Amino acid sequence: MPPSTSSDLTLSVNGEKYTLTVDHRTTLLDALRERLDMTGTKKGCDQGQCGACTVLVDGRRSVSCLQLAVAAEGREITTIEGVAEGGELHPVQQAFLDLDGYQCGYCTPGQICSAIAVLEEHAAGWPSAATGDVRPEAGPPPLTPEEIRERMSGNLCRCGAYVSIVQAVARAAEAKEAAA
Amino acid sequence: MTTATRGAVGTAHTRVEGLDKVTGAARYAAEIPFAELAHGWLVLSTVARGRVRAVDAEAVLEMPGVLTVLHHHNAPRVDSDYIGLLGVPPDPTVALFQHDRVPHLGWPVALVVAETSEQAREAAETLVVHYDREPHDIAFSAGRESEAHALDGHAPAVVEKGDLADRLAESAVVVDAEYTTPEEYHNPMEPHAATARWEGGRLEVVDSNQGTSWVAGELANLFSLDPASVRVRSEHVGGGFGSKGVRAHQVAAVMAATLLQRPVRVVMTRRQMFSLAGYRSPTAQRVRLGADADGRLRALEHRSLSQTSAVHDFVEPSAAAGRAMYAADAHHTASRVVRLDVPTPTWMRAPGEAPGSFALESALDELAERCGVDPIELRLRNEPEVGPVSGLPFGSRNLIACFREGARRFGWAERDPRPGVRREGRWLLGTGTAAASFPVMAMPSTAAVTAEADGTFTVGINAADIGTGARTALTLVAADALDVPADRVRVRIGDSDLGPAMIAGGSTGTRSWSWAVRTAAEELRGSLVPGADIPPEGVTVRSNTAEAVGALAQKERHSYGAQFAEVAVDPTTGEVRVRRMLGVFAAGRIVNPLTARNQLVGGMVWGLSMALHEEAVRDRASGGVYGADLAGYHVAAHADVPHIEADWVDDPDPDDPVGIKGIGEVGIVGAAAAVANAVWHATGVRHRNLPIRPDRVLLAGGRA
Amino acid sequence: MREFGYQRAYDVSGAVALLDGDPDARFLGGGTNLVDLMKTGVERPALLVDVRELPLNRVESTPDGGLRIGATVTNSDLAAHPEVRRRYPALAQAVLAGASGQLRNMATVGGNLLQRTRCGYFADVTSPCNKRVPGSGCPAVEGEHHNHAVLGASDHCVATHPSDMGVALAAFDAVVAYETADGPGEVPLADFYLPVGETPHLETVLPPGALITGVTLPPAPVAAVSRYRKVRERASYAFAIGSIAAALDVHDGRVREVRLAFGAVASRPWRARAAERVLTGAPADAETFAAAADAELARAKPLPHNGYKVTLMRNLVVAVLSELAEEATR
Repeated sequence: MPPSTSSDLTLSVNGEKYTLTVDHRTTLLDALRERLDMTGTKKGCDQGQCGACTVLVDGRRSVSCLQLAVAAEGREITTIEGVAEGGELHPVQQAFLDLDGYQCGYCTPGQICSAIAVLEEHAAGWPSAATGDVRPEAGPPPLTPEEIRERMSGNLCRCGAYVSIVQAVARAAEAKEAAA
Repeated sequence: MTTATRGAVGTAHTRVEGLDKVTGAARYAAEIPFAELAHGWLVLSTVARGRVRAVDAEAVLEMPGVLTVLHHHNAPRVDSDYIGLLGVPPDPTVALFQHDRVPHLGWPVALVVAETSEQAREAAETLVVHYDREPHDIAFSAGRESEAHALDGHAPAVVEKGDLADRLAESAVVVDAEYTTPEEYHNPMEPHAATARWEGGRLEVVDSNQGTSWVAGELANLFSLDPASVRVRSEHVGGGFGSKGVRAHQVAAVMAATLLQRPVRVVMTRRQMFSLAGYRSPTAQRVRLGADADGRLRALEHRSLSQTSAVHDFVEPSAAAGRAMYAADAHHTASRVVRLDVPTPTWMRAPGEAPGSFALESALDELAERCGVDPIELRLRNEPEVGPVSGLPFGSRNLIACFREGARRFGWAERDPRPGVRREGRWLLGTGTAAASFPVMAMPSTAAVTAEADGTFTVGINAADIGTGARTALTLVAADALDVPADRVRVRIGDSDLGPAMIAGGSTGTRSWSWAVRTAAEELRGSLVPGADIPPEGVTVRSNTAEAVGALAQKERHSYGAQFAEVAVDPTTGEVRVRRMLGVFAAGRIVNPLTARNQLVGGMVWGLSMALHEEAVRDRASGGVYGADLAGYHVAAHADVPHIEADWVDDPDPDDPVGIKGIGEVGIVGAAAAVANAVWHATGVRHRNLPIRPDRVLLAGGRA
Repeated sequence: MREFGYQRAYDVSGAVALLDGDPDARFLGGGTNLVDLMKTGVERPALLVDVRELPLNRVESTPDGGLRIGATVTNSDLAAHPEVRRRYPALAQAVLAGASGQLRNMATVGGNLLQRTRCGYFADVTSPCNKRVPGSGCPAVEGEHHNHAVLGASDHCVATHPSDMGVALAAFDAVVAYETADGPGEVPLADFYLPVGETPHLETVLPPGALITGVTLPPAPVAAVSRYRKVRERASYAFAIGSIAAALDVHDGRVREVRLAFGAVASRPWRARAAERVLTGAPADAETFAAAADAELARAKPLPHNGYKVTLMRNLVVAVLSELAEEATR
C-alpha cells in the first residue's frame, strides 16, 4: 500500500495549538500563510535564498520555506505575529519602526525574527564568519556593525535598507544590554 | 502652549504604516484571503524560439484538484492593440495564450489552475508541451551594433550637436573607451502576485503593482471592459523598481477567474520572474571624450547598444545620460537596440541613467587621469550655463554645491591622486567619485481631500507606496496644506477607484501626487468656514493637475548628486569591499528626511550592487538565464554594505508647489562609477565591464 | 513536487528499516537542500524518512583526543561547540562561512556531506545534465562554467561540491560512519566521494539505503593553528568560487606538519596531498608555499572561463599558509 501523502497534525505557533490536515508537500511557510492566515511570514524566493520567511523554531531562526509543515510538528514556532509581548512591541520591532529599518516592508518580518535570534546567538557566545578568532579562549566577540552585518546576511533587502536595519539591530542590542 | 501645525514637511516622521509592517499585519497582494480561492500556476516554454505544437492537457486534468488548463487553444481572446496610460502599446507578452509562437525561453504557454497551490504546481510541472523548435539567437555583444536600430524611448534615440570629428581632431586629449553592463533583474522581495474575481458585475484584482490606475486601464483594454467595471487594489507593495506593471500573472488570473467564476490567484515563482517580470538590458557603450589639456571638453560622444525582444521594442537609453550634464561644442549621443530571442526588457531603477552614468562617469575619471586634473575639478570646469544640447535654462542646478559639500565631508582634499599606492594588510585602498543626475518630471494626477465631521481629514489619492514612503510623505504634504497636525490626516492609496493618478515610476510619484493633494487640500482649507459644523458625509474637494502640469514652461529640470566611495581590493583574491560611501544630493525639497535618506541610501546600495555583484548570464544553448534564482543572481547582502551616508543641499524646485523634485532614482546614478573609479584608484586598473567580479580583478592584476 | 509519504524515525535502526533501501525514498535531515531540490523537481521521492529526531545530535570527545560528531548535529551547534573551536578552528570557520544563520540552524552534518552541486544546469530540470539524467550531456563544458571544477572533473561533468564544512573535514582526515540494514560501516572522507569519470550521477560509496550516523575526527594537534578562507562573489551568503582549509605546524623555520584542502574546485572537497608532500619538511616560506600550490595545481584542467581558479587557489595557498606560518611562529 502506498504511504499516505497527507497527515493530521498539530502545529504549535506563538503558543497556540492548531490542528489541521496537511498535504505533506505543504511547507511550514505555506501552512502559516495559506492555512492559518498568518501572513506576516513572507515568501520571497521559496528556496532558502532570501530569508523573508524566517521564523523561530524552538527559539532558533529558520527559513520556513524549506521546512515541511509535517516535519514541524512537535516544535514551537514563533512568527512575527508572536514576538511582541504583552501588547508591547519587541525592542527589535520598536527599533525598526523608529529608525526606518525597512522600505517596502516585505523582508521586514524576516529581518526582525532573524535579528531577535542574532541577539540570542550573540548572547550565547556564538562566533560568526566575521569573528577574527573563533577559539573559545578569545571570548565572545563584541557585536560590532561588522558582526551584525555578517550575522544578518541571510536576510536580503532589495530596497537596500541595510544601513538602517543594522542601526536598528544595534539599538535593540543596546536596549537588551541595558535591560540585562 | 500652541501646537505647531505648520512644517510637517521637512521633519522626520516614521512611516504611517510602520506598525503594520513591523508586526506582520500589513497584507500584501497574495495575503488577502478569499473564499473558494483557486490557485493558478504558469507553465513557461522550455524552448527559446519556435511553436507550440500541442499541449497535453488531458492527462493533467485528471490529476487531483486540477480545475482547468488554459493555453492558446482555449484561452479567452484579448485585444492588445491599444495605447495605455504611459503612452506606449503593451508588451505582447501580456497577451497571454493568443497564438502558438514562442519568442523566448520562459514564454508563458499555459496556466494550470487547481484547488491548492501544491496541486497546481505539480500539475504544471507534469504538463507536457510539445514544441517545434527553431534556432534562436540570444548573443548580445558590442559587435552587433551594425544590426541595431536607433529607438526613441522615454528619451530621443539620437541627439547630435556640432561636428564631432573636427572637435575630436582638435582635442589635446581624447579618451575612447568601451564599457559593458550585464542583464540586471529588479528582484523585488515580493514576487508578482494577483488575485482576480468577479464581484457584483465588476472585475476586482488584488495585485502588487506600481500603479493601479495604470494596471486597471491595461486590463480594461485587454479584456475589452468598461474601465469603470475594473477595480485594481494594491495597498502594500513589496518593492517594484520598474518591474510591477501589467504582467502575465494578472492577465492569467483574470482569464481563469472569468472562466471558473471563482477567485483565482497567480503568483510568480522567483525563477519565473527571470522570464516574466522584465529586466534591464545588457549594454555595450562607447564613450569618446575630446578635451583641451586642462580638461575642458570639446567633444562628447556616447553610443549605447541594448537588446530587446523579437516581439516588442524597448530601449535602455543609456546614451541620454549625459545630455544635460556636460558642455561640449560637439555633443553626440545615440541609443540603439538589437532584436534577439529574449524577453522584453523594461524600466529598471534609473533606466538609461544607471548604466549610462557608469560609462560616462568612468570616462570622465579617465579623462581626469589623462589630464592630471582632479576629478571634481574636471566636472566643475565642464559645468554648463544652459542645457548643453537643448539650450534651455536649468530649473535649478546645484551639482557644484553637492561636490563641494561632499568633498568636504568625505575628506577629498587629502586624497593622493596616484593609483595603487595605499595598502592596509592584504587590501589596496582607493577612493572615487562620480556625478549623478536624473530628470525631474510631473504627471497629471487627481486627488480628493475630505474634511470629516470628527475634525480629521481623509485624502484619497491613487498613489502606490512601493517602499518609497509615499503614504507618509503625502500625509505630511496634506497636513501642511490643511494647516493641521499630521495625525489628523489619513491617506488612502492603492485603489483604482480613487481615480486616475501617476504611477510610482520615473521618480515622479511623490511630486505628481503631492501636487494634486496640495491643490485639493488648499482649496478645501479655503472653503471651510472656521468654526462651522462639517456635515456627516464630510466636505470633499477634488483636484486634477492636468492643466497646471501641462502649463509648466520647458526647462532642463533635473536632480543632481555627488557620489563618493572608498574601496578595499585584495589583488590576490580579486575581492572588492566597499568601505564607505557618501552621496550628497540636490533633489528638491525633502518631504520626510527619515525615509528620504533611506531611499537615497537604497539607491546607492543598488549602485554598489550593480558595480560588484549583479549579473544574469544567458546560456547560449538554451537561451535562458543560467542560475535564475537569488543564489545565482547576487544582489548585495548585509555584509556587502558598509555605512553609507546620504545627505542633501537646499534645492527646492522653483516650479513645484511643494518644491519637490523626486528622489527614487538619482541615488543609483553614478554610484557604480564611483565604486569603479575607486577600484582604479586602489589598483591602477580600469574596470570597464560590470560587475567587477573577483575573477576580473584577479586576472587584471593590480599594483600589489 | 510530487506527493509523498512521510515517516519520522526515532532510532537509527528504525530509520534504516523505514527507508528499507527504497530507491524512491530519501532521508530528510534539515531539508535545506533536499526540499529545495524537490521544489525544483530534481528530486521526486515517494517517501521521506525524517531523521531529525534521531539521537545523533551530540559532539563528543573521543578517548584519543579527537571528536565524534553526530550526523544530526546542526551546522550551528557544530560551529558553536567549544571543542570544535578549540581543536579544529578551521572547521568552525568553514561552517560559519557557509549559507546563513537560518540555514545553519537547520542543516545537519550528515546532510552537508550529501548535498548536491549548485551547478545551474543540474538545478534546472529543463536542461540536460549527466548528473541528473545520465547520458543527457553536460552543457556546462561548452556553456556557463565560470564557477565549475578545475580539478578531478571529466568531460561528463564539471560540477563542484558546494560544501565548506566538507573542506575542513577533508583536511582533518574525517571518517564517515553509517548504518545499513546489515549493520554499521565507516569510510574515510578521502574515499567517500566517487571519482566523476563517466558516472557523475554516482556520487558516494554509501551502500543503498545507508544512513550517515556521524563523522569522527581523529586527533590532530596541527589543527589548533588552522584557518578556513573562502572567496565568493559577495561578502556573505554565497557559495565559494574558491576556498581553502589549512593547518600548519612550523618548527625551526620548517614545515613539520601541514593539512591543506580546497573547496569549490572539484566534485568533492579536494585534499591537496601533492602540495602537502612538497611542504612537509621544507622551509616555511612563500617560495615553498607557491611551489606546493603549483605541484597541486599542475593537474588542473581549466575550461575557457574558469582558469582564474588556478590563480586564485595558488594565491590562497600562499596567503593563508603565510598567515599561519606567522601565527605558528609567534
